[in-house]
Amino acid sequence: MSSLIFRAATPILMLLLIVFSIYALFRGHHEPGGGFIGGLLIAAAFTLHALAHDVPTTRRLLGVDPHVLLGAGLLTAAAAGLIGVFTDGVFLKGVWGEVTLPGLGDVSLGTPLMFDLGVYSVVMGMVLMIIFTAAENEE
Amino acid sequence: MMLGAVLLLLIGAALAPLVHRAAHHVTGWLLALLPASIVVWGVILLVAPGAYPAAISEEIQPLEPQISHLQSQIQAQTQSETQPDAVEEATTQAAMPVGEAIVVLEEVQKFQPIRESYEWIPSLGVNLTFLLDGLSLVFMLLICGIGVFILIYAGKYLHDDQRLGRFFCYLMLFMGSMLGLVLADNLYLLFVFWEMTSISSFLLIGWDHHRAEARKSALTALLVTGGGGLMMMAGLVLLQITSGQIDISAIDREVVHNSKLYLPILLLIFAGAATKSAQFPFHFWLPGAMAAPTPVSAYLHSATMVKAGIYLMARLSPALGDTNLWYYMVTGFGAVTMVLGAVIAVTQKDLKRILAYSTVSVLGALMMLLGIGTEAAISAAVVYLVAHSLYKGALFMGAGTLDHETSTRDITQLRGLAKLMPISAVVAVLAAASNAGMIPLFGFISKELFYEAVYHAPMFPWVLLGMAFIASLMLVVVGFMVAYRPYFGGQAMAPQMPYEAPLAMWLGAAVLALLSLILGVFPVLYGSDLGSAAASAVLGEPVSLKLAIWHGLTPILGLSVLTLLLGTGLFFLLHRWQHGLYELSTKFEAIGPQKIYDLGFNGLMHFAHMQTSVVQNGYLRNYVLVIVATMIALVAQPMLQMFPYLRNIDAGTLTMSDIVVGAVILGGALAANRIRSRLAIVAILGSIGICVMIIYVFYGAMDLALTQIMVESLTTVLLVLVIYHLPRFVPSSSTGILIRDGIVSLIFGGVMTMLVLMSDTIHPDTAMREFFVDNSYTLGHGRNIVNVILVDFRAMDTLGEITVLSVAGIGVYALLKIRVKKEK
Repeated sequence: MSSLIFRAATPILMLLLIVFSIYALFRGHHEPGGGFIGGLLIAAAFTLHALAHDVPTTRRLLGVDPHVLLGAGLLTAAAAGLIGVFTDGVFLKGVWGEVTLPGLGDVSLGTPLMFDLGVYSVVMGMVLMIIFTAAENEE
Repeated sequence: MMLGAVLLLLIGAALAPLVHRAAHHVTGWLLALLPASIVVWGVILLVAPGAYPAAISEEIQPLEPQISHLQSQIQAQTQSETQPDAVEEATTQAAMPVGEAIVVLEEVQKFQPIRESYEWIPSLGVNLTFLLDGLSLVFMLLICGIGVFILIYAGKYLHDDQRLGRFFCYLMLFMGSMLGLVLADNLYLLFVFWEMTSISSFLLIGWDHHRAEARKSALTALLVTGGGGLMMMAGLVLLQITSGQIDISAIDREVVHNSKLYLPILLLIFAGAATKSAQFPFHFWLPGAMAAPTPVSAYLHSATMVKAGIYLMARLSPALGDTNLWYYMVTGFGAVTMVLGAVIAVTQKDLKRILAYSTVSVLGALMMLLGIGTEAAISAAVVYLVAHSLYKGALFMGAGTLDHETSTRDITQLRGLAKLMPISAVVAVLAAASNAGMIPLFGFISKELFYEAVYHAPMFPWVLLGMAFIASLMLVVVGFMVAYRPYFGGQAMAPQMPYEAPLAMWLGAAVLALLSLILGVFPVLYGSDLGSAAASAVLGEPVSLKLAIWHGLTPILGLSVLTLLLGTGLFFLLHRWQHGLYELSTKFEAIGPQKIYDLGFNGLMHFAHMQTSVVQNGYLRNYVLVIVATMIALVAQPMLQMFPYLRNIDAGTLTMSDIVVGAVILGGALAANRIRSRLAIVAILGSIGICVMIIYVFYGAMDLALTQIMVESLTTVLLVLVIYHLPRFVPSSSTGILIRDGIVSLIFGGVMTMLVLMSDTIHPDTAMREFFVDNSYTLGHGRNIVNVILVDFRAMDTLGEITVLSVAGIGVYALLKIRVKKEK
């Protein structure tokens, strides 16, 4: 697509989408959001880029193959489940700990967040994999 | 220790390709060290029973059936008479015979069974329980001992095969599975190993997978043995239910015999054993399996795997044997197989097929002996078993060497090669003489015992003796066919003049043939300890084997000599009619079980094609129609029953905004049906989705709204990308189809609407909802209940969903990629 306005607006929109996607991922535990929505949002960001330019450019920007995101996401989610096996002997048991992060103060981090990160990665990988392939068919 | 032995081989299997990459020509020799070490361990156990403390601590193990039986008696008594005196009395009574039996056992045999157990799936009672008694030890020594030479042999036989590393992997995998099979005491552990041998056999038969024949033979073997394996599993489950025991050594025969399920148990387990051990009418897979490379035939299909069925029947004969049904069925099938295999063997021209059919015959003979089940028969079986493995392994390796050197296995094309291959010729003659039952080889002793046992069979001795005589005659002919014809009989003749085989290729056969000779001259070496221990394990009571080469002038000796003489005469008679016989047997094969199998298999494939072309017809519109219609059928019926409750539906109050959004949705839906441009339809559908999202926002479902808008935008993008490829839309549906689709759509829409409305009238148990609301923050550290449910409370479901999502994504990817390739 060659619309100049679209191209010019893309970086700004992308940035917004990505920031909002990460925001949605992390706030998901308390407010609307979560890994699934976050994954869709970031996939939308890169889809936007692919429409404005072309798929090879977007692939370069992304740096990782969507397949890898898919597999890594599944592994992350499964690994998050395994942590519970080691601490409590129960698969997918939520394990929480308090961590002090600079600038954020005391934050409680848990395996459900890691699990959500896995979901995020799977959704992003799957959507981008399909859209990229479909778009490459077109070219 | 036993688990260690099995794991040693399985780890060897895993590492074999790596070892091969580093070691090249010596891989076979290196890998052979693994089974060799197990053989050494077995021999140490045999000659120095005290070498392992485990042997002493567990020595009362073979009596476990008795003990458990007594224990159950005690329990029964305890329940009936609750006085403590009675229990004590019963305990002392129980202890006495056990103590006596231990003394008897120690007098009879030096070797003591070993038992060990590790937890695997304790909740199901499936544990890694191993038992090494006489029978297992015989098999262990055969599997690992012959395995050593097969590995060495295979390294040379397939030395120019690129995939040799993988071949070793399969072979070691088989070896480990087979060892596990004969050591397993747990019923299900045995089944697991049983199936593993079927699978590794499949991989090995199909080794030359570029040949259609090899692929077909591999599949046939897998389907026949695998099908039998499934029946066997059903039998094992019934056996466990009936006896209440999961370990074979603990099964009480009285309980099994008196059960109503005895008949199905025996039939199912025999089906497994008969398919694995190639009993008539399932014998046909074994000659087909000769498509495998020769080391495989020599190992799996003569010495080890095909004896798994024999092993199973021997192992279970204390629990299942000694009934009329057992006698008729096992003896009957065995005897028929014995004669049939031997008769077909002499009509064949291919060395490996001759050997394969003669193996079928011997397997039948072994089955028959187990069926007869007397002390003499079991003793004959454990001797015959070893004698056969020794000579048949040697003959197969010899046949492979001939094939390797002359590039044919057709005996009508080979003659007089003894001068060119002297060692191979001597080995072949020794092995064939043992096969024919010639003095002073081990085969002679086994044949004597065999005749003896059949002669004294409790039922139909004369019929069985006649059949045994015919089969033995044929085996003498086979001996001549495989040793005399290729090596002797005049001027050397072969399609390609051979050289003597390298050391690695005759070593194994030579050792096995020599063992046949040594054990023939000194049968005590086998009989006194090992053979006695094996026979005792099968009979369930102590037996002592007295093997000797000379029994005096008995009628059995006369029969043996007559067999040899007549067999020799028969060979020279049949010699001339080889071609005619071959054609005759080919004609008979066309109506045999192989034909029935082929018909069944082709029928199945045909049916699969047919039903696929009906169900998977490739028209997306048909799939959608079927899915929608099925959904209507399933949902509408229960919904009609609930119709009276529809009165309770509270439509609530519609706000102005609801009405506006609803009108847009409805208008969009109608417009989508009228517009011809695909792009416009996609845009309209997208706008409908956004309207739905707005409704979610009105009612506070922010999570849903967010997801909805993302999904809508991405699907729209995707559809636009796909539409690019489609041709211009041309309305081609007839009015009839349009009306049909319209009606289905309307009904489906109606059903869905009713479903949504009704979901409001049903009030499910609020316990779950309350649990989630109450515990979301305290247990799940989150205030967004939906998300806490997704990633914590029901994370297992989510994990399943993302897995399915990934698989579906990969499927879509694959479909799209196929398109790309076609275009290129």
